[in-house]
Amino acid sequence: MPIYSEKVMEHFMNPRNVGEIENPDGVGEVGNPVCGDMMTFYIKVKDNHLEDVKFKTFGCGAAIAVSSMVSEMAKGKTLEEAQKITPQLVADELEGLPKNKFHCSNLGAQALNKAIKNYLRQKRKGGGKD
Amino acid sequence: MRWVYLDNAATTPLLPEVREAMLPYLKELFGNPSSLHDWGDAAREAIETARVQVAQLIGANAEEIIFTGSGTESNNFAIKGLALAQQTKGQHVVVSAIEHFSVLHSARTLEKWGFELTLVPVDKYGVVDPEAVRRSIRKDTVLVSVMHANAEVGTIAPIQEIARVTRENNVLFHTDAVAAAGTIPVDVKKLGVDALSLAGNQFYGPKGVGALWVRKGVRIMPLLDGGVQEGGRRAGTENIPAIVGLGKAAEMARVNMAARIEHLTPLRDRLLTELPGKIDHVVVTGHPQHRLPGNASFCVEFIEGESMLMLLNSKGIAVSSGSACTSRALKASHVLIAMGLPHELAQGSILFTLGIDNNYEDVDYALEVLPPIVDRLRQMSPLYAKFTKTGKGGKQHADI
Repeated sequence: MPIYSEKVMEHFMNPRNVGEIENPDGVGEVGNPVCGDMMTFYIKVKDNHLEDVKFKTFGCGAAIAVSSMVSEMAKGKTLEEAQKITPQLVADELEGLPKNKFHCSNLGAQALNKAIKNYLRQKRKGGGKD
Repeated sequence: MRWVYLDNAATTPLLPEVREAMLPYLKELFGNPSSLHDWGDAAREAIETARVQVAQLIGANAEEIIFTGSGTESNNFAIKGLALAQQTKGQHVVVSAIEHFSVLHSARTLEKWGFELTLVPVDKYGVVDPEAVRRSIRKDTVLVSVMHANAEVGTIAPIQEIARVTRENNVLFHTDAVAAAGTIPVDVKKLGVDALSLAGNQFYGPKGVGALWVRKGVRIMPLLDGGVQEGGRRAGTENIPAIVGLGKAAEMARVNMAARIEHLTPLRDRLLTELPGKIDHVVVTGHPQHRLPGNASFCVEFIEGESMLMLLNSKGIAVSSGSACTSRALKASHVLIAMGLPHELAQGSILFTLGIDNNYEDVDYALEVLPPIVDRLRQMSPLYAKFTKTGKGGKQHADI
């Protein structure tokens, strides 16, 4: 049996929303290259909704598929809804992840959350562009 | 789609001649070599023929060959068996930092049993300095083990020079020649070692069979107790078809070795010289000259090995990687780290190991397919984005 589900392979082969957003409203970065995976999420917020989500990822097939899936799940959602995306939900949407990859590669939700927090912090400081 | 297998370090395919030699022992010649009737005789003769074939491959005497279930078993047997047989003399063993886990972890087990362990470092090419081995030897050292060739980076160790050091100090020397035996000339007398491991699936023989050569007169403690198979050193009914296959593969490797090396070396060199010309920020790992004829190993900066491996696989090319993500333990290759490569560079490890079935078209196909894959992954990589924006983050390994 291959180690990855068909869904993981599909997202790995055709990742959605790869790239950066110019002048993003929030940026979130997690992981580091020493442990293997590193993800940066960029968000654009309009009327409390995630108008656009993009990412860049350094990592294995699972890390890339996770990033792609998170971006797809988050796009169009309200900030509150997007913050409810958990690693488990992402893994479920991907029809499962290999056990040993669950923690190291499944950083997408965390990176997205960081980007949202980054946006909220800037907004509080009066720097928000919403 | 084109199918190109470039992962011969993982395992080589079985040669048709080897398979044919094995088949009778999966059919009518099923006897147990310990039996005293004709069925047993046929099996016994088959083992002894294979023993001669394997001995001839490494310039040894047939009675010094012990058949095992794998290269891993041979290494476990050598490290634990040789150390235990001499523990009244001392309890210190020395192994190199880039050994296969079957040697490293066996040495760690000895530590749990009360032995002390010294790891000898390697240089940036993965070469063990014989003088470093000399410095690590103590009065209570009973065993040194340094691998003949490293499968991951291809580097061939100065075994003869290390053997000189161990002999001067009257310490036993085992070499894990799993990646070397059957691929490059290996002669136990010329090398001057006391024990040597090899495995069938590294030179077109079957999986699940290996051999340990132990010089006559050297004591070794068996790991498996039971019957008196293999001269009482390895109990258990022998895997006759696999042993026959190992013997046939050894014979063919001995006869065809020069031609195989002549075939593989230019293919390897085309990969080693042309890939860095097609992809920026790629480093060759391992020694530039002293390396296995089929080994072309690299680290590609800013991207991760498993992603490369999977995209190559989608194009029909099989390779492997020493990245953390490709290992079950999620740790970067201890070999690359011991050679001083930074973790993020080791993450970009990619290993092509050529076999006798490969040709220039295979190599050119890999050279054509990999650059767009690297480009695609770099476009996705936050490390590459940082590098292109700031010019920082490049970890090009100095003068490799």
